[in-house]
Amino acid sequence: MNLLTYLINGISLGSVYAIIALGYTMVYGIAKMLNFAHGDVIMVGGYICFITMNYLHMPGIAGVLLAVVVCTILGIVIEKLAYKPLRQATSLAVLITAIGVSYFLQNAALLIFKADPKVFTSVVNIPSIKLFDGQLVISGVTLVTIAANIIIMVCLTAFTSKTKMGKAMRAVSEDKGAAQLMGIDVNRTISVTFAIGSGLAAIAGVLLCSAYPTLMPTTGSMPGIKAFVAAVLGGIGSIPGAMLGGILLGIIEIFAKAYISTQLSDAIVFAVLIIVLLIRPAGLLGKKISEKV
Amino acid sequence: MGTLLSVQDLHVYYGSIHAIKGVSFEVNEGEIVTLIGANGAGKSTTLNTVSGILKPRSGSIEFEGKSIIGVPAHKVISHGMALCPEGRRIFQQLTVEENLEMGGYTRTKEENQESIQDVYKRFPRLKERYKQIAGTLSGGEQQMLAMGRALMSKPKLLMLDEPSMGLAPILVEQIFDIIKELHTAGTTILLVEQNARMALSTADRAYVLETGTISMSGDAKELLHDERVRKAYLGG
Repeated sequence: MNLLTYLINGISLGSVYAIIALGYTMVYGIAKMLNFAHGDVIMVGGYICFITMNYLHMPGIAGVLLAVVVCTILGIVIEKLAYKPLRQATSLAVLITAIGVSYFLQNAALLIFKADPKVFTSVVNIPSIKLFDGQLVISGVTLVTIAANIIIMVCLTAFTSKTKMGKAMRAVSEDKGAAQLMGIDVNRTISVTFAIGSGLAAIAGVLLCSAYPTLMPTTGSMPGIKAFVAAVLGGIGSIPGAMLGGILLGIIEIFAKAYISTQLSDAIVFAVLIIVLLIRPAGLLGKKISEKV
Repeated sequence: MGTLLSVQDLHVYYGSIHAIKGVSFEVNEGEIVTLIGANGAGKSTTLNTVSGILKPRSGSIEFEGKSIIGVPAHKVISHGMALCPEGRRIFQQLTVEENLEMGGYTRTKEENQESIQDVYKRFPRLKERYKQIAGTLSGGEQQMLAMGRALMSKPKLLMLDEPSMGLAPILVEQIFDIIKELHTAGTTILLVEQNARMALSTADRAYVLETGTISMSGDAKELLHDERVRKAYLGG
C-alpha cells in the first residue's frame, strides 16, 4: 500500500513539474531560449495568491485567478522589456539576461515580502479520500493537482492542434522566416507563448504552495530547475515530452526519498537526467534532428 | 497592362557587404518575369527584400503604385504578393492541410476553404496526402506544397525562388508546366531561377543579374538566343 501512496504522491509532484515544464518547453520551442526566470514566476504566483487570501480576504479561487492574471501580464512584460531587444543577439546573451531577470524577481520579492517564510493556506478545501479501510489516503491537493495537469494537457493539445494561433505557434517554432512570409506576426506569437507559459506557472505556484505550504522569495528556483530537467528529460520543445518528463521526475524523486535517501533524492534526479541524455541526447520524446534536402 | 511591381535603384547590404547595387526592374500585370544569374548574384536577396524580410539601404519598391518599404514582412502578403521561398521551407512538422492553412493565415476561414479546394484541384497529389506530415513528402511534392501554400492568399504577384532546385528533370518539367498554367489562369509571376534555359523559355521578359547589378534585360526568347547569355548561363 505504501508503494501506491508513493506513486500517487510522485504523480502529484510530477504534475506540478510538468505544468512548469510546459512553460519552459513552449518558450524554448518558439523563442529558442531557456527562460531561467520561469521558476521565479511560480513564486510570484504564490505570493499573489497568498496576498489575495490573507490580506484581501478573498476566497482561494479568486487568489488563483488573480495569480494567473498577474503572472500572465508579468510574462508578457518580461519578454517585451528583457528578451525582445535581444532577438538578434547571441543565445548566451539571452541566457545571461534570463538569469538576471531571475535574480531581479527574487530580490524584488525579498524587498517587498521580506525573507521570512509565509505559511501558505491551501486553496484546495475538498476533503481527502480514504481507500482500502484508510490504508490509502489521497489528499484533496493531490487530486486537484493531478486533475489540473490532465485538463491543462488536454487544453494545450487542443490549442496547438486545432486553433489558428496554435498552428501558427508550431509554424513559428519551426521556421520564423517562412512563418513571416505567411503573414504570421512572430513577435505577437512569442508574446502569446510567454503569456500562456507564465499563466501556467502561476497555477503551478499555487498548487505547489498548497502541497508544500512554505512561501519564500526562493520558493520557485528549485522547482524551476527541476522542471527544466523534466523538460530536457522529455525532449525540450515537445509538449507531451514535458508532461512525461515531469511526471517521471516526480515519481523518481518521491521513490528516491522513500526508498533510498531524502538527502540524496535531488542528486538521484539529476543523475537520471545525465543517464537519459547519454542514451537519448534529444530526450525521451525529443525529435531527432534530420533534414530532408 | 499596368505595372504591378516596380523596383528602382535598390541597394541592399549585409552588414558592410554591398549585395545589391542599384537594381531596377518592373513586373507588369499578367507577365512572367524572370531574374536569372549565377550563385550569389543577388537573386534571392532581391526577392527577400521585395517581400520585406530584408530592409534596403536605399531605393524604392512600389506595388500597385504604393511604396511597401518599411512594411513589416508579415504584412507584405496582405498587399497581394506571396513568396515561395528558396529551399521550399514548408513546415515539416505540420500536415499538408495545416501548411496550406498557414498560407492563408491572413484570410478568413471561409476564404481558405475555397482556396484549399482550388489548390487541391491544381495539385491532386496534395489532396491525396492532406493529412500526411509535410516532412514525409517527396521533394517534388514538397515543392508543390510550397507553391500551393503561396497560392492560398490568392496573390496578384507570385514570387518563386528557385522552384526547380534539387528536383529530377521530369519534375522540373512538371513544375514549369504548373507555372505556365498559373500564368494562363491570370497570375503574374516573378521567377528566380538558376535553370536559365527553363526560365527563359517560360518567361515573357528576363533580367540577368550579375554580382548585384542588372547586366542585361529584355525579351526572354531573345535572351535565350543571345550569344553572351548562351555562353554564360546556357553552357555555350
